[in-house]
Amino acid sequence: MATIFQGLGGAGAAAAAALTKSFNSKKLLLPSSRRSLAERKASSLLVVRSDGSVNLNLGSSNGRARRVDQLITNAVATKADTSSASSASKPGHELLLFEALREGLEEEMDRDPHVCVMGEDVGHLGGSYKVSEGLAEKYGDLRVLDTPIAENSFTGMGIGAAVTGLRPIVEGMNMGFLLLAFNQISNICGMIHYTSGGQFHVPIVIRGPGGVGRQLGAEHSQRLESYFQSIPGIQMVACSTPYNAKGLMKAAIRSENPVILFEHVLLYNLKERIPDEEYICNLEEAEMVRPGEHVTILTYSRMRYHAMQAAKTLVNKGYDPEVIDIRSLKPFDLHMIGNSVKKTHRVLIVEECMRAGGIGASLIAAITENFHDYLDAPVVCLSSQDVPTPYAGTLEEWTIVQPAQIVRAVEQLCQKLQ
Amino acid sequence: MAVCVRQSRNSIINHVKAKMGLLGLTCLSSSMPSLNTDHRTLSAASLAKDLRNQNSVLENKPTLYRTRRFDSTKPHQRSGVQSNVASSQFLDFPGGKVAFTSEMRFISESPKERIPCYRVLDDDGQLIEGGINVSKEIAVKMYSDMATLQTMDTIFYDAQRQGRISFYLTTIGEEAINIASAAALTIDDFVVPQYREPGVLLWRGFTLQQFANQCFSNRGDDCRGRQMPVHYGSKKLNYLTVASTIASQLPHAVGVAYSLKMDGKDACAVTYFGDGGSSEGDFHAALNFAAVTEAPVLFICRNNGWAISTPTSDQFRSDGIVVRGEAYGVQSIRVDGNDTLALYSAVRAAREMAICEQRPILIEAMTYRVGHHSTSDDSTKYRPVDEIELWRSARDPITRFRKWIESNGWWSSEAESELRSNVRKQLLDAIQVAETTEKPPLVDMFTDVYDAVPSNLSEQEKWLRETIKIHPQDYPSDFPL
Repeated sequence: MATIFQGLGGAGAAAAAALTKSFNSKKLLLPSSRRSLAERKASSLLVVRSDGSVNLNLGSSNGRARRVDQLITNAVATKADTSSASSASKPGHELLLFEALREGLEEEMDRDPHVCVMGEDVGHLGGSYKVSEGLAEKYGDLRVLDTPIAENSFTGMGIGAAVTGLRPIVEGMNMGFLLLAFNQISNICGMIHYTSGGQFHVPIVIRGPGGVGRQLGAEHSQRLESYFQSIPGIQMVACSTPYNAKGLMKAAIRSENPVILFEHVLLYNLKERIPDEEYICNLEEAEMVRPGEHVTILTYSRMRYHAMQAAKTLVNKGYDPEVIDIRSLKPFDLHMIGNSVKKTHRVLIVEECMRAGGIGASLIAAITENFHDYLDAPVVCLSSQDVPTPYAGTLEEWTIVQPAQIVRAVEQLCQKLQ
Repeated sequence: MAVCVRQSRNSIINHVKAKMGLLGLTCLSSSMPSLNTDHRTLSAASLAKDLRNQNSVLENKPTLYRTRRFDSTKPHQRSGVQSNVASSQFLDFPGGKVAFTSEMRFISESPKERIPCYRVLDDDGQLIEGGINVSKEIAVKMYSDMATLQTMDTIFYDAQRQGRISFYLTTIGEEAINIASAAALTIDDFVVPQYREPGVLLWRGFTLQQFANQCFSNRGDDCRGRQMPVHYGSKKLNYLTVASTIASQLPHAVGVAYSLKMDGKDACAVTYFGDGGSSEGDFHAALNFAAVTEAPVLFICRNNGWAISTPTSDQFRSDGIVVRGEAYGVQSIRVDGNDTLALYSAVRAAREMAICEQRPILIEAMTYRVGHHSTSDDSTKYRPVDEIELWRSARDPITRFRKWIESNGWWSSEAESELRSNVRKQLLDAIQVAETTEKPPLVDMFTDVYDAVPSNLSEQEKWLRETIKIHPQDYPSDFPL
């Protein structure tokens, strides 16, 4: 692909492909007609760098491009300055998050012939966010399988393939569609290893884009981590940087347990330099984004960037927040979280899922149960509003937690004791 | 096998031609000979591999002929090639050519006559016509396994009524489907059952003791006490553990077949479901997927007339399940489910087709659920007792088959009484042993949720053990820790 198209994912990439392959771009988008009109129109070309700078190429003459710019900037305003997030060695290569996912996927497919991919539009189209682009050409369209539209059934198919020795990666075109696969995920995927007495196991990876921010409307902005968290037998992880995206993808594929990998629609264009050497990330570990002393901010996925942006403001105001990307949503890394709580004695959870029954709710319970003695104040949880995600840009922006709210919450939390 | 190879080679070519036919390209004929020469010495294993490779073989040609999947994105090119066909006669659209008609006609919702039912033994167990190729050994084993299954069902059902096990469901009336289909398969064919197919396990060598252990959920249970009775499973015998959910196993079978297809194995996936299960969404998607992915899977429907209390007239309005195959592009057949030999030969043929031609097959076996749905059901509440009795006695598949093997001189009433009393004794012994065997230990509650026990579960186990220690009187005395 020409370098000017590097910053594309989703609709933008489709437009790029349209130019390079002389397809009619409308035709190319037909398979993904499920996506809202808004998304198809928002084909402004963006390069979003994890160091906060944004190159905006107004490919569409749409006036809302400016608003898109504003929203995207908020997502990744802060430089990812931790050494744990980026590679230790300066050599390495730069790529975008969706490319990192693809690189991890491709490496695992090369390494193990049992690894296969299935989902809607993953083969020919390369996935709705291009994570599996090029793989069907390389491995054949049986190993990278385009399925008909029946989420429960292709998830079931993945389970059947897994019990007989394959290692499938099932892609939900949008995580919200996996609600249709709930029966298979809950009743069989998480259970069959147990109910068969350990005879059959399901080394499946279920992944897909979710989260709020592309004005995709209520049905396409679901955060499924809250709904899945009770299912015994599965693991859940959320990636947030190209580095951990690749590492978690590889680890999830190699795991013998079913793993659900949550990606975020707004993070696919994050750019980072990652090592050339092979590496994986531990599925059960959290990631220390910014060490600090005054308060522990626990977050995951896109909210990491809002937390880091808030951290910048907080530092200017004299606070020293510790920001941890919990990454592992099931099980929680209570080791790292606990050590942090013991150090700072104050906890703020910043998450994108709903308040009611969300990841934060479980995290509060876990922290209070285990580290109650170390807390100087009740755990505070900032979550999205308990409303269906509205379409209008301004409304959508304020259903989720914004950096200003995080700053306010930390001030309140710390001032309680002064 | 040689016949199969020839057929399937042609079918690959026809397949490819059919898909590529719309491109109507002469260059294709030059690629055909290469396919022929390359695949002269086909075996079933390389067949599947070549099906994978056919994409790569054609990939070397210009992109126009890549694979059928890519065709649908190039309609403009395709129509450009159709210059010699009068475009007014056909509608050319993604998915193929469709002829026009100026007569507005609605297709009938049902065929004029119902699809006939394949049978070879009449009600008296006499061959209707032709010879069936089944050896004495297999026929006798089929009969004894059917009789064993029937006896096992009777005894375990009674055990539930006596309160010795909590739940059971019988296969009474459907023994032929169980055993005959199992006999027609090989041990490599992976079975994905619903719950009324223990006969398949029985055929493959699951012992009566293992059945009893699972029902009693004791230490010897292969499921380690984690599943309800009759939810058997055995990796060794290629039989996926039963899950209580209806029809969720159908997509699994497609996944299994997909896996077998990738490995190029000389085996297929086999899955069973009932008339009720065919209403679930998973049924439709699984058939559709199997057709699209060309997966070697046998879908065997036990149409036994009842889904708990719902008769088939309330379940669907189509002519049973067999007509649905065509809707998804799947070859299908309707068989008399109480005719052991018909089932045996149909499943045998279907298996060959599935593996050699890499396609799914749908078999609808017509039968009757003589027993109640399960021990939680009393079917006399919603259906007439004489209907049940008719099917239990006059249409019993076991009696019918017995008449046939007796007429061949392969069975006698002495053998019958010996078998029955033998099996009965074994079952009673097995139950006794199972009843007195220890229950699974506490640790089995927490293992196998993941590959390794995570910290939260070890903590939960620790907490539970402490509680039991302090309050032993609140826990059963025979609870091994």
